Amino acid sequence: MSRLYITRNPRVAARSLDGEMMIMSGRDSTLFTLNKTATILWQSADGTTPLDEIVERQICTEFEVEPAEALHDAETLARELASHEILQLSEEPIPQRPSGESR
Amino acid sequence: MSGLLQEMTEKALARNIPLSAQLDLTYRCNERCVHCYLDHDDHGEMTTAEIKHLLDEMADAGVFILTLSGGEIFLRKDFFEILEYARRTLMFCVKLKTNAIMIREPEAARIRDLGVESIQISIYSHRPEVHDAITLVAGSLKRSLDAVRFLKSQGLRVILANVLMAQNMADYPGVRALAAELGVECTLDPTITPMMDGDRSTLNLGVDQEALRQVFRDTSLVGDVDEFCAIPTDPDAGALENLPCSAGHTSCYVSPYGDVFPCVQFPLPTGNVRQQRFIDIWRHSDAMNDVRSIRVKDLTTCTSCSHVSNCSRCPGLAFMEGNMRGPSSQDCEKSFARTGVPSANMLAKKRTAANLVQIRTLPTMAGATA
Repeated sequence: MSRLYITRNPRVAARSLDGEMMIMSGRDSTLFTLNKTATILWQSADGTTPLDEIVERQICTEFEVEPAEALHDAETLARELASHEILQLSEEPIPQRPSGESR
Repeated sequence: MSGLLQEMTEKALARNIPLSAQLDLTYRCNERCVHCYLDHDDHGEMTTAEIKHLLDEMADAGVFILTLSGGEIFLRKDFFEILEYARRTLMFCVKLKTNAIMIREPEAARIRDLGVESIQISIYSHRPEVHDAITLVAGSLKRSLDAVRFLKSQGLRVILANVLMAQNMADYPGVRALAAELGVECTLDPTITPMMDGDRSTLNLGVDQEALRQVFRDTSLVGDVDEFCAIPTDPDAGALENLPCSAGHTSCYVSPYGDVFPCVQFPLPTGNVRQQRFIDIWRHSDAMNDVRSIRVKDLTTCTSCSHVSNCSRCPGLAFMEGNMRGPSSQDCEKSFARTGVPSANMLAKKRTAANLVQIRTLPTMAGATA
């Protein structure tokens, strides 16, 4: 089974406002706020950690959920975030340029 | 403002977070606009390292929308280093204000690569003889418009900012037509700001009442004229509890020398980031907290004014007139031009002027007696 890697789209703007992550799309300046799970994906999206590892380490420990179900939901969410050009997805690790501290 | 941005702004207000900030990188400029309020000499701009440190502090404080302005920002040789740090490392939503005459194709491409949200460019007229007579730089309109095309071809959001003065009043329809032709946005602003040293002579360049009346009755600008120019009704009690504006509440301004003010148009010193952390100035400055304490009900003169609910009163302009709790005469003029109803401030001045006439007549009376 192929693994999914996620990274932040460098064209977005992002800021944590008292714990709530605000993201502005680089495509059309639409503003989004991320829920808790999406924030975990955003903060863990380093391009080198596979999504299943993020789910196992960050999501399954935070929420009481079955790993397979959590991975399915996380993949759906990651694809939705990618459709808004917030995340970028790949089946290969994504080389990083210095960016994106989660402030 | 979008619903979500409004919601985030309210959240920032409740938590005392500076959601947006303008940082002027330099006051140096390659134009000499007749109405400009700045001293263009360099009195010790922040270094690249100081600016990056400030940006770190701003990000930590919660600043999300960062406007980089000047002076002319492209005169800083480290401009792209600063921009790259702001975008790539700190992920600010960055807006630029520039005259754009140094932007050619490579700069436009780099701005696009760095994901800048918008670029606001000052355009005073669609006619070179009018625009260049304001910037005092021959060929400046052509260079600015070339830049607009380069930026637009990169898919960037460009906004033409048209400051309205007596000198270019007749040309705003031409600027708007030009913006439509170029496929960019356009804003119109009749506000002229006094010089930072307090010199108010630039205000003489502003448009008069008749011109304001004309602008406020242009349906292409204001939409429903009857609604926009409606005679004010009595304010409800809630209006008096409102904040005068966002300055010092969710936004602030930092000069090239590190001085922090509530707004670019509100030169009340609150601290300097070379001596204090940005967040400490924002949270603990007595001056900033004084600004923050003001509600509409605290304003002198304005609370008794019929325009109080829908006036565009600028606290910074009021401060430059001598009292940040007082009226801003430029905005009184706008309310009068819009509705035909004089503001409380205008009526008070009229009464004072009448008293002065009485004093002037005294010597004549004394002479007649003798």
